[in-house]
Amino acid sequence: MKFLRRFLIRLANLATGRSADQRLQDEIAEHLAFQTEENLRTGMSPTEAQRQAALKLGPAQAIREHHHAEHSIPLIENLFFDLRYAVRMLVRSPGFSFIAIATMALGIGATTAIYSVIDATLLHPLPYPNPNELVRVEDNLPGVGAQRVGISIPEWRDLESSGIFQSVAITGRGANVNLTGSAQPLRLSFKQVTPNYFAVLGVDAQLGRTFNPQDATPGYNLEVVISDGLWRREFGADPHILGKALLLDNDEYHVVGVMPRGFRDQGSTSDEQNVELWLGAGFAGVPFPPPLRSSRLRSRAVLARLKPGLSVATAQGRLDALVESLNKQYPAEYPAQTKWAVRLVPLSENVVGNIRQSLILLFSAVGLVLLISCVNVANLLLARASVRGREIAVRQALGAQKTRLIRQLLTEILLLFLLGGIAGFAVLFSAQHFLLRLIPESLPHINDIAIGWGVLAFAVAVSAAAGIIFGLAPAWLMSRVDLIGTLRQEGRGATGSHARSRIRHILVVGELALSLVLMVAACLLLRSFWDLFQVQPGFNPERVMAVRTWLPGPNDPTTDPYQTATKESVLLREILRRSRTLPGVDEAAIGDEAALPLGHSDPGRLPLIREGIETMDNQAPVIDSPIVSPEYFHLLGMPLLRGRVFSDQDVEGTPEVAVINQAAARTYWPNQDPLGKRVRLHLDTRGLASPAQPVWTTIIGVIADARTESLADAAIPLIYRSSYQRASKDLAIFLRGHLDASAIPAQVRQQVQSIDATLPVFHAETLSEILSDSLSVRRFSMEMVAFFAATALLLAGLGIYGTISYIVNEQRREIAIRLALGAQRGNILKMVLRRGLRLAAAGAALGVAGALIVSHLMAGLLFGVSPTDLPTFAGVTLALTAVALAASYIPALRAMHVDPITTLHSE
Amino acid sequence: MPEKSDIPQGTLDLPGPLHGFGIARRIEQISGNFLAVNQGTLYPLLLKLEHEGVIASAWGTSENNRRARFYRLTATGRKQLQAETRDWQQTAAIIARFFNVKAEDPA
Repeated sequence: MKFLRRFLIRLANLATGRSADQRLQDEIAEHLAFQTEENLRTGMSPTEAQRQAALKLGPAQAIREHHHAEHSIPLIENLFFDLRYAVRMLVRSPGFSFIAIATMALGIGATTAIYSVIDATLLHPLPYPNPNELVRVEDNLPGVGAQRVGISIPEWRDLESSGIFQSVAITGRGANVNLTGSAQPLRLSFKQVTPNYFAVLGVDAQLGRTFNPQDATPGYNLEVVISDGLWRREFGADPHILGKALLLDNDEYHVVGVMPRGFRDQGSTSDEQNVELWLGAGFAGVPFPPPLRSSRLRSRAVLARLKPGLSVATAQGRLDALVESLNKQYPAEYPAQTKWAVRLVPLSENVVGNIRQSLILLFSAVGLVLLISCVNVANLLLARASVRGREIAVRQALGAQKTRLIRQLLTEILLLFLLGGIAGFAVLFSAQHFLLRLIPESLPHINDIAIGWGVLAFAVAVSAAAGIIFGLAPAWLMSRVDLIGTLRQEGRGATGSHARSRIRHILVVGELALSLVLMVAACLLLRSFWDLFQVQPGFNPERVMAVRTWLPGPNDPTTDPYQTATKESVLLREILRRSRTLPGVDEAAIGDEAALPLGHSDPGRLPLIREGIETMDNQAPVIDSPIVSPEYFHLLGMPLLRGRVFSDQDVEGTPEVAVINQAAARTYWPNQDPLGKRVRLHLDTRGLASPAQPVWTTIIGVIADARTESLADAAIPLIYRSSYQRASKDLAIFLRGHLDASAIPAQVRQQVQSIDATLPVFHAETLSEILSDSLSVRRFSMEMVAFFAATALLLAGLGIYGTISYIVNEQRREIAIRLALGAQRGNILKMVLRRGLRLAAAGAALGVAGALIVSHLMAGLLFGVSPTDLPTFAGVTLALTAVALAASYIPALRAMHVDPITTLHSE
Repeated sequence: MPEKSDIPQGTLDLPGPLHGFGIARRIEQISGNFLAVNQGTLYPLLLKLEHEGVIASAWGTSENNRRARFYRLTATGRKQLQAETRDWQQTAAIIARFFNVKAEDPA
């Protein structure tokens, strides 16, 4: 309390600039007068009386200083003096200040920009309470190489009662549903979730309620929770929405709640995060399969909240024990060779997924740029040290303490860095709308990226840290001037300057090495991207458009107008017939979402049971299985290698047939003829209406491999089935021809809806767009790293230019003497260039070593290029050396043109 | 500067206000010239105490009609003085007891 009062009074005195000096002077005068009077009374002479009084009082000047220190706060006061002085110094050399501040603004601005992305994605990926408790539960069958095979209802109940989790929820992965009843049928993204889903996430509705976690309805409970966005957009934020009936895929659901604004579902794809409808379901009764241990809920995810205080590792340990006891208890359901295992994955990892690696790469790249800018500014500061040597020597000669000098120089440097950081932030803040457009939309949480207070704090903290780290050495070196030498104006050979130039060399070499690392990384990424871009996809995306539609899948199969493949094929054939009449269309085909090349996020994999090999779907390998119409292969230009493709005669009722790709033939029938082999693709959630007894599917053809799943992966096994034998709900209509991309969506919609007015038509895209979108994250990281590398190269060039100029400047006298003694000007040029070259060589050697480490770390991001690619390394080293030479050339020319007479005369 | 014993004992426990010279004088008299420090060092200390709110000061006229700055204890200061006096006496008493025990009763 007393301390605070004292501090506040002193602070107020400091702020108002009030001085107590006059008062002290008056008091001391009085004191002396009293004392002198007393002394006179003891009989001293007046002079002696005054002298003794002054002696008794003590050193007046020291007392005044103490008094002043008590009156105000010297630390802050000095800081103000230093700051004022620093500002004066910055203003006095505007060129230097501008370059230093701009360099730092670049480094800190870029770092802060990437940080803002990372802040939204890696650091705060989950907008739910206690996010550390949230995990995904994955069932794997490592024995047969099957990952994420889905949970069964009895297993779910085991987990719920295991005591490891507060609650376990089963959720869909985001799927389409038709909302009909308004002017246009709407295709919306929905998730089926167990009623405890929102309890697991820990989020409640803003209006109404979420599902009752105790609700044990085995099938759908016909309640729907909607998102705030949908509520505002489609229902005008109607406060009486609760209880309203929504027709979803022809089923009537009642709205029970509206989620709060800003609530975002978890998931790694934007589709999943944009879910707008949640349907409560028990997954255990009609229309779901009966709750048996053997019937796994494929394409469903399991989300759980751990008991408070339980770490993921501990929970995993207890879960392993549970799995082991279940394996013993039900040996028939869990054959030993499948090695059933359950794994917990922190939800935060799941959300960010494979973006993490790219973001870490970007952040490291930008960190290097920041480092290089810091080094550059430190270099500039050292160059200035030689200019300011005299000033500092004079101040030291006048009695300035060394620590005081360092503090003052450090203040100056810190001010420079902070101004740079704030400038960088200001540029970032004003350009944020432009910059956000550069980020690919597939990046998760793109809408959460905000340039706000947190980011400003980061920018300031980074600039302060950089200022202290990179300012201390220059400040210390600057304060270490050789007094006498400098004052005699012969400081060239002085020790301070020697240490300075050595440090400058180290800095420049470091700078060159760092930029080489960045350039190698950028070139490797560029080549990967180029190779991917140039890769033959195995299908022809030119002049192809895909338009999507969704057939309703009502809960009661008897109300489904497209219940069977026969019924659906009538619609499909009519859509195809009408599509071919559209202007410009040469060919048309239909497939399901899995048939959309590079356009589907999570393929629905099915177990592949080969006749005579596997007996249970628990043991079977899984395979992607697109459903396509006969024209699909020709339209996409995928050549048939053996057998035949589907024909119009392969319909329901005739033997089921399938076409596989080369990769599937190689993987599952090595050294055999796959034609005529029979397989079963068991458990299709859509296939409940099909006969209870699964029928065998015969393989009739093999097509060439195409990179339809991933551009980077050449051979993923695929098995295609015919649209006329297998009903599917998620349809893509493919059109090839000279299409008018702007007119096609409306034309297709009109044609489709004239057949069935309840069908939504959405997502019209050209395949080329889809192809280019699939590369967007790679393109983004490549462009960013290339930009950073260019920046680094520029900075390094400036750094070496500055250093060589400085050396030339210091050696003017030496050069002049050499010239006067008859040295050839060409030799002088060579001498200076050699210096630059030596620096470049050291930097390149160090950089190549660093780049080798970095390129191996980022091997996972490369495609078609080895991390030790010789041409890249050689090319980059050459480019760097060329830049270093060019940067040394200008000062070398200046050295060559030194006029010996004027130079020697002026010294 | 030790924080605790900033208030010279007894010097400020006076009925009326005193000017700087008077305070210095009293320290000298009471300590019997044992505490003969540079008198000027008193002024920064007085300022500190004033900042802490335990004393207050004002210009006034001295006994021989000179203008001088007078210091007086505030209510807070008086309370603190009492508390510290008590503390000091307790400490001194305890220390004294230790010496006494040693001298009289070694058992």
